[in-house]
Amino acid sequence: MSTELTSETPLQARSTPIRSLMKSLTAYRVGRLTPGQLFAVLLAIALISLPTIWMVFASFKSRDEMYKLPLQIFPSSASTTNYQRALKQVPFPRLFLNSIATTLIATSVKVILGVCTAYALVFLKFPGRRLAFWFVVGSLMVPFEVVLIPNYVTVANLGWLNTWAAIIVPGLGVAFGTFLLYQSFRTLPTEIIEAARLDGVSRFGMLTRIVAPMSRPAIAAFALLTAVAKWNEYLWPRLVSTREIAATLPVGLTMLRDSEGVNEWGPIMAGAVLVAIPVFPLLLVAHRRLVEGLTGGVKG
Amino acid sequence: MKFPGSGRSLRDVPAAMLFLVPNLALLFWFTYRPLIQSIRLSFVRWDLISPDKLNVGFANYTNWWADPVSRLALRNTAVFAVSTVALLLVGGLLFANALNNTHRSSRVASAALFAPYIVPGSVVAIGWYFIFDPKFGLLAAGLRGLGITSPNWYNRPGWAMGMVVLVHVWKHLGYTCVLFLAGLQAISPELYEAAKVDGAGWLATFRHVVLPGVKPTTVFVAVTSFLASMQAFDLIYVMTQGGPLDGTRTLSYQIYDEAFVRFRVGTASAVSTVLFVVLLLFTVVQLRVMDRKP
Repeated sequence: MSTELTSETPLQARSTPIRSLMKSLTAYRVGRLTPGQLFAVLLAIALISLPTIWMVFASFKSRDEMYKLPLQIFPSSASTTNYQRALKQVPFPRLFLNSIATTLIATSVKVILGVCTAYALVFLKFPGRRLAFWFVVGSLMVPFEVVLIPNYVTVANLGWLNTWAAIIVPGLGVAFGTFLLYQSFRTLPTEIIEAARLDGVSRFGMLTRIVAPMSRPAIAAFALLTAVAKWNEYLWPRLVSTREIAATLPVGLTMLRDSEGVNEWGPIMAGAVLVAIPVFPLLLVAHRRLVEGLTGGVKG
Repeated sequence: MKFPGSGRSLRDVPAAMLFLVPNLALLFWFTYRPLIQSIRLSFVRWDLISPDKLNVGFANYTNWWADPVSRLALRNTAVFAVSTVALLLVGGLLFANALNNTHRSSRVASAALFAPYIVPGSVVAIGWYFIFDPKFGLLAAGLRGLGITSPNWYNRPGWAMGMVVLVHVWKHLGYTCVLFLAGLQAISPELYEAAKVDGAGWLATFRHVVLPGVKPTTVFVAVTSFLASMQAFDLIYVMTQGGPLDGTRTLSYQIYDEAFVRFRVGTASAVSTVLFVVLLLFTVVQLRVMDRKP
């Protein structure tokens, strides 16, 4: 089949950008996939795009359109009424600020802590190193639900409810990230480290000038994974922000649902779209980094 | 774990302290200390607010065990975890196997599958809850097209469980798929060539090349997916609040409900201690069993 199609190559000589785009999307390229593979591709794209398109379209529908049978997939007009209503009910710009600030602060601190911890565990010699390693890794075995109540009490007693500190501080300890960076640091060539040590580079300089720059991909992956997890976190920020003004975006979305009632799907879908949008640039720009970070555990 | 030259010299000690202490202190204060506190709270009666904690021994555990709702929560947790992990393993591996090629559309498809993994759970939960609407949802419309009346996902415990299972799988499928893709790329192309030369079909190649090749990945995926499923909360909280008729009440949800809705901190802590022990045991057993040579 592929030979048949490659015989078309003379056509490509006068191909325009549009035509080459069409070609890459149609027969020529699809021809190399087996029917099973093609089915998987189409199924995967349908599984993701259908619900997404449905949600986005629903956010533009009027109340009448939403509850009319048979269902209309397309909205009859691109009315932004639902968006205006969602923005009026919940202070999304403020929640956006809360989400950005808590994510950025938490991620920066965690990256610094993770890099320092992994560096000490890999490159410094001191008694109790094995103990420190297991202390870090062992904390991975403690489920989130277990620490929920005591940490809530701690934060409430400190008077931190409805502050950024409440959302950020209890999650700052780095266990998974330390492990990830530990694996990465151990693969660095020891000759370079030794040479730097003989040259009299300080321990701090070794970290900032040699180890960190050489492990930039692993650190970037860890930073991205941390940021995504923090941005998406739900239960903890929900518990410690009792007032709308202190909430993060994912929490604000359910606050919107609670204030609108379950029958007002239009504004709720508009809110969902608003909360989901900031994630997509990340997916386009950093998809590969994220995947590399996640799959590091498999190869390591 | 190998630590060459561990503890020989003391010159690095001050630097190590400086680098380690902040993180270790945070882990101690917000992970280990609460773990101990949580176990201690499981032996008292407390409403989260009053200054008095009444010591009740093992009553929180025995009362929890005697409550039929707890048995239901245990069953729901098992059903949810087993079905999501099974679907994620099978679905993730099949998709990864089909998308394991350099074709552009395959890369687009795996990136698309991965997208829900980084979207906030509350968005996924709310969007899908609408899709499952038995009358006005996309799914109902699709089923109607096939001449099927949509089941009532909102009011029937069994269907509600099915709904949260499907949404959890939808959100996590891309994650298992990329892990399996990484695992598949470690399989030597020569093995595929050899299978081809031997005239092996798709099924034979899958059984004799792919499955043995991704075994280590499977262990990793199974364990991480299982731990995530046992602790799933956001989707259940946003979609069903443990209902209908406690049909989606899992241990995670029960902990939240007892502590922050019913203000029975003792019971909640007892459940969380049970969950901790169950997870610990499962992880150890799962790693042991799956690590055994076939």
